[in-house]
Amino acid sequence: MAGGNQDHDAVNTMIERLVADLAPVPPVTSPGRTMATWLGVVFAFFVMLLPFGDFAALIARLQSAPDMWLAIVGAILTSITAAWTAFLFNLPDRTRAWALLPMPPMALWVGASGMGCLREWSLPEFGEIPAHEMIDCFAIIVAVSIPLSVMMLFTLRRGYSLMPRAVLVFAGLSVAAAASVILQLFHPFDATAIDLAVHFLAIMIVVVGMRLFGGRAIGRAQFA
Amino acid sequence: MRFRRRESDLKDWAVQKDRRFRELMVAAQAGDRKAYGDLLRSIVPVIGRLARKNRIERDLVDDLIQDVLLTIHRARHAYDPQRSFTVWVAVITQRRSVDLMRRQQRQRQSANDSMLQHQEDVETDLPSANLDREETRRAVRQAVDTLPAGQREAVLRLALEEQSLQEASAETGRSVGSLKVNLHRALKALRGRLTLRTGE
Repeated sequence: MAGGNQDHDAVNTMIERLVADLAPVPPVTSPGRTMATWLGVVFAFFVMLLPFGDFAALIARLQSAPDMWLAIVGAILTSITAAWTAFLFNLPDRTRAWALLPMPPMALWVGASGMGCLREWSLPEFGEIPAHEMIDCFAIIVAVSIPLSVMMLFTLRRGYSLMPRAVLVFAGLSVAAAASVILQLFHPFDATAIDLAVHFLAIMIVVVGMRLFGGRAIGRAQFA
Repeated sequence: MRFRRRESDLKDWAVQKDRRFRELMVAAQAGDRKAYGDLLRSIVPVIGRLARKNRIERDLVDDLIQDVLLTIHRARHAYDPQRSFTVWVAVITQRRSVDLMRRQQRQRQSANDSMLQHQEDVETDLPSANLDREETRRAVRQAVDTLPAGQREAVLRLALEEQSLQEASAETGRSVGSLKVNLHRALKALRGRLTLRTGE
């Protein structure tokens, strides 16, 4: 019983400390407004890179290979839904079920990208993509992901998550999917199997990098 | 009919209570210390009930309450006044309960592993080739009797009676850390004395 009283005293002491420590705080931006800001930033980034890419070649390719539309739509939806999940998980009271939201568009993205592979196998006259093109794809995804990651971390800095790892994984997935869409400006080809593997590797590097370094960047006290 | 009306009254009461919590929290976000103190004191019993619902052990409930209050303090800017405050607290309590149970599990596992390791070390070091079993038992009992009181208590309760650290701590009034240190020292001392006794 003495121990019990000590614990209640500890709770009361903690309350007094917390009250003494209280300072006004501006409320965090709602997930909807955060999402709108993020989409605006990514779109602005895309428009900024347009003059350096081959938009005409991309349109021509899309007209001749409709499944590329599916892959691009899948990547865009993956980026949007993964960002939405990250913004929700950045608040302490949201259900884990939101983790399922990016799964269907991700399946579309991966599946439609894979159809390009099948076309390469069934139509050998298409020929292989040179190795330096694959290295360029890898470099473009990683390089584009860096500024997008910085912008994403800036967007996430004010939340408070009880699932910080999940926040960073979905944030990384969103950034990687957006980078994959931007890549199409510079790489408007069907993906070969090796291409997909290289893309997947670049995406994993972005997701893991965000997971490893993102926590430190946004200064999460409970990130362990 | 009476039951339905009672249920409806309870629901109204819960809604009013939640509205009051939301008002206090909005005031706290603006820096009102009195409102914040009232809010935190009001939700302590709510967190306690949720802790028992999450099957948190009685002696850990206050730890959980402090954990949740600290989380609420750090996350107060992330509360949206359009949403229920009671649900907000309930989700935080549930997540912190899971974290607390995992920490307890890890600590128990770590304590059991270190005790098992010490037990194995003592058993393998004992020169059982030279002493028969009865003599071994007598030697161990005599060696335990020569230990200082705190170390003797730790060995008897943890190694011989196989109590958990929490049980031993509750009965002796010593902290878990103190018991672990005493056990470690006791087993080291026993190993040394029993080895000296057999001359190896």
